[in-house]
Amino acid sequence: MSGPLLRVEGLAAGYGGPPVVDGVTFALHGGERAGVLGPNGGGKSTLFRALLGELRPLRGRIDGPARYGFVPQTERSRLDFPVSALDVALMGTLARLPWWRRPGRADRRLARAALARVGLDGLGRAQFGELSGGQRQRVLVARALVQDAPVLLLDEPFSGVDRPSAELLERLLVELAAEGRAVLIATHDLEQVLGWDEVLCLNRRQVAFGRPAETLTRAVLEQTYGGAVVALPGEGEPLGVLPAHHHDHGGDGPSTR
Amino acid sequence: MQRALLECVLVGAAGAALGCWIVLYELSYSAESLAHALFPGLVVAALAGFPLVLGGAAGVLAAACAIALAARAPGVEGDTAVAIVITTLFGLGVLIALSSPSPPGLDGLLFGDLLGVSASDLATAGALAAAVLVALAALHRRLLVVGFDRGAARAFGARPLVADLSLLALAAVATLIAVRGLGNLLVAAVLVAPAATARLVTRRLVPMMAVAAALAVACAAAGLYLSYYAGTAGGASVAGLLVAAYVSVRVVRSVL
Repeated sequence: MSGPLLRVEGLAAGYGGPPVVDGVTFALHGGERAGVLGPNGGGKSTLFRALLGELRPLRGRIDGPARYGFVPQTERSRLDFPVSALDVALMGTLARLPWWRRPGRADRRLARAALARVGLDGLGRAQFGELSGGQRQRVLVARALVQDAPVLLLDEPFSGVDRPSAELLERLLVELAAEGRAVLIATHDLEQVLGWDEVLCLNRRQVAFGRPAETLTRAVLEQTYGGAVVALPGEGEPLGVLPAHHHDHGGDGPSTR
Repeated sequence: MQRALLECVLVGAAGAALGCWIVLYELSYSAESLAHALFPGLVVAALAGFPLVLGGAAGVLAAACAIALAARAPGVEGDTAVAIVITTLFGLGVLIALSSPSPPGLDGLLFGDLLGVSASDLATAGALAAAVLVALAALHRRLLVVGFDRGAARAFGARPLVADLSLLALAAVATLIAVRGLGNLLVAAVLVAPAATARLVTRRLVPMMAVAAALAVACAAAGLYLSYYAGTAGGASVAGLLVAAYVSVRVVRSVL
């Protein structure tokens, strides 16, 4: 197997004060999907910001690609901003083009293809803020596809997303891994993580990293979620989790605005 | 009169296009403050006999940086920081003006004189307006990325601080273009009002800019005629019409 696309060693990162997340060590190879589990404030977004170069590591090192594909949490983007789905997808070309160049025909074709890939064919001209929550999330995924990076970071892409969007997104993650990319996904869904290749458990520090089926033991989950763990039926099986807060499965169904 | 009309076109086009970003970035208050903050520069230039543009430019760039940085200082609310910066500078300007043995025409500096625009004023305004439009075109994609999602902008290759500073610097330039005609107190009207009105009726950025620019030029020209034939103050007539346009569009939209 060739070397990892992303290697993190002893990383500590924070916002000026003490580290928000500490002791993070893992490696991701091309073709791997890794879930990042942890409570709110557990350091998932902080880890992403450190990987993206927005936060300087307090300790440790990151060997990663020059550019990442990034899907931020969807509720951070402004719904009142006068942009179309295609405009948003085209933002993914910014870092690749010299600063004076505007996106050309080839870039637009790429952005339209990315929108088609997330099932939004023909919605390029739709106003971003008028799309459903799941569609907006898919537009942000299309923007990350346009970035065309070897490693993709997705920050809770399944939060508040309708079922068809979630299914499409799951399939897309498989495809992206099959293309030889590494994909890191922050999530709260244990079931889902069990279908992926690796899991990273964070609770202000790294609790565990490894193959999900072996890694997600009761002890690891209790340390990750601070004890709010509930057993699912089935002996010796991995467990279900009831995070004390923060379950947005209410978004199962097209959002209505 | 022709010169005044041309001045309106220049101020309207550059100011309104820039104003769209100012409104979307919620920088209206900072932009208005900038106009007031350059007042001491204008007064000193008027007293020393320099072109107003030079005096304003010197003061305003420093003020732009002060406001942008003050607004980001932790523990100081943006509004508070800006209010302190501008009242200090505006007060300083008045102090300098009134302590001079031969005070410059405060009226002209505060409220502008559209009909008194000279050919060289016009040439300067033209050059600055072109510079603003070129800069906006070059920055367009970065401004879009930052405005859409400030928190994630860096992952896509755009820096929020650079975007804010660029917009405020351009607002400073736009203020310099408009100050001769509209005066220190009324400049903000041409930056904010047309963009706010256009935002009510458009769904994309470029159409929003086009509508804002057309509206600004139309109101400026109408205000000019109004002031010429009805003897009202020029800058105030323009500003009044711009605000009236906003209110009427707002009312019409709420009725429809």
